Amino acid sequence: MSALLEVRGLNVVFSGFHAITDLDFTLQAGELRFLIGPNGAGKTTLIDVITGLTKPASGSVRFAGEDLAGKREYKIVRAGVGRTFQTSVVFDELSVLDNLDLAAGFRRRMTGLLRRRHGISDDVASALDTIGLGDLADRPAGVLSHGQRQWLEIGMLVVQRPRLLLLDEPVAGMSRDERDRTGELMQSVAKDHTVLVVEHDMAFLRRFASTVTVLHEGRLLCEGTVAEVQADPRVQEVYLGRKERV
Amino acid sequence: MLSPFRLDLLGKYLCYAIVAVGISLAWGRGGMLTLGQGVFFGLGGYAMGMHLKLQDGELPDFMSWSGVEELPLLWKPFANPVFALAMVIVLPVLVATLLGLLVFRQRVRGAYFAVLSQALAAAFVILLIGQQGLTGGTNGLTNFQYFFGLDLYEDADRRILYLVTALILGASYLSVRQLVRSRYGQLLVAIRDGEDRVRFLGYDPALVKTVAFAVSAGLAGIAGALFVPLVGLLSPANLGIVASLELLVGVAIGGRYSLAGAVAGALLFNYAKTIFSEQWPDGWLYVQGALFVAVMVWAPRGLAGLSHQFRDALSSRRKVEVQA
Repeated sequence: MSALLEVRGLNVVFSGFHAITDLDFTLQAGELRFLIGPNGAGKTTLIDVITGLTKPASGSVRFAGEDLAGKREYKIVRAGVGRTFQTSVVFDELSVLDNLDLAAGFRRRMTGLLRRRHGISDDVASALDTIGLGDLADRPAGVLSHGQRQWLEIGMLVVQRPRLLLLDEPVAGMSRDERDRTGELMQSVAKDHTVLVVEHDMAFLRRFASTVTVLHEGRLLCEGTVAEVQADPRVQEVYLGRKERV
Repeated sequence: MLSPFRLDLLGKYLCYAIVAVGISLAWGRGGMLTLGQGVFFGLGGYAMGMHLKLQDGELPDFMSWSGVEELPLLWKPFANPVFALAMVIVLPVLVATLLGLLVFRQRVRGAYFAVLSQALAAAFVILLIGQQGLTGGTNGLTNFQYFFGLDLYEDADRRILYLVTALILGASYLSVRQLVRSRYGQLLVAIRDGEDRVRFLGYDPALVKTVAFAVSAGLAGIAGALFVPLVGLLSPANLGIVASLELLVGVAIGGRYSLAGAVAGALLFNYAKTIFSEQWPDGWLYVQGALFVAVMVWAPRGLAGLSHQFRDALSSRRKVEVQA
């Protein structure tokens, strides 16, 4: 079976600064993969390239056998790649339900959009259930807490049934309880999705990760289970050993 | 009953209110600050004016004054009423669609879009004035006798015309209200508040915005077409930068987020303009400026948004009390 996501020989340069250098990266269907590395390692840049926000200088990104290079962002989403951002963006003036409905309807044609929403589709109901915001369904998203906003964002991804989910620091700024709930939510989503998570939080990583990829200064440093990565002296030197005890 | 003179003015306000419905959609919901609605108002108006000038089968008066002896090719199809009526909507919608796809794809937005739309209004006026023989130049189109069988000098016939205008305003209001409440309306608000996020939900924001912009242009075109028989005159002064701004100011004062606020704002603003200009001709500009500044500073959501603002103020005060 071929990989779901294949990145080959990727180079990204921002006005002279090499954000990513000769990166090869492979993700199999069904994986839950963590992407870690110190600041400036190129984690978010990699996600930006996959989703079409940043154009690479060279190299290829193939998703399910399809080349994503040069595609517009919304077409990449329609191909089945969904992402969240570090700062959660939900639509404050719309209700929680309408936020989910908006996300669910991304394949609707213009004529379908001209109708009002009546009732709740099964997909939306199940996403609402997954993220546990049923009680707040009719409240405007503006009243949600930071954690709830992130869950709503994840719900908005899930309801689109993407083949690959990219989560950019989903637990940043969250309380301990919120982190745990996010981790559980992520694991339940990972049961039937391929998920790539960028994360800084080491406790979160130890608790919820199985395979980890470490980036350092735009290059791939190593890849393996949490234990293998923790044992790798290079990783300890550039990242873990310096700042945090593993 | 209003005197015929007042009724004339009311008809004009109704036209501006139709434009306001469109501006409320594009600006209030879609976040597109369009300072060039006069262009679309003008396209619809000239399409109608050209037809009305051709109704008696003679060469339009201004052409003979500028030495044009034969009807220009551009004018010929406008003798056909169906063609002219279609152009009233097609021309502004087409221009807005092309412009929208071009600039929204390039992610031109905010102040840049506003400046661009204003430049368009300036360019349109220069074009109209430059083509004296084709457009009537600075004087524009005047002297209309008939409007689809209605005699524009008969009070009874004019009353029918106001009624038609009022009905069209009502229909525009209801259609746009439906649009705003649909999923499309929610999508438009979502794009206003987070265009990039919407892009990553798999929608093409450029397309969604273009539709709203084109609808607002179409409404402005219809309003322009009704303005011509109601006012009996259409000249570049009715659709230049200043005129385009005035179309917007009424909406800002009434409240751009509320469709009803936008309509009421346009009606009140233009009524105030008439009253003030009659009493104190030089003062109006100052009043208009002061009014606009006052609304922007104290009621950024407009008059219709005052209750919303009040509620916000109350709830934030309550929050402070709870914390204290």
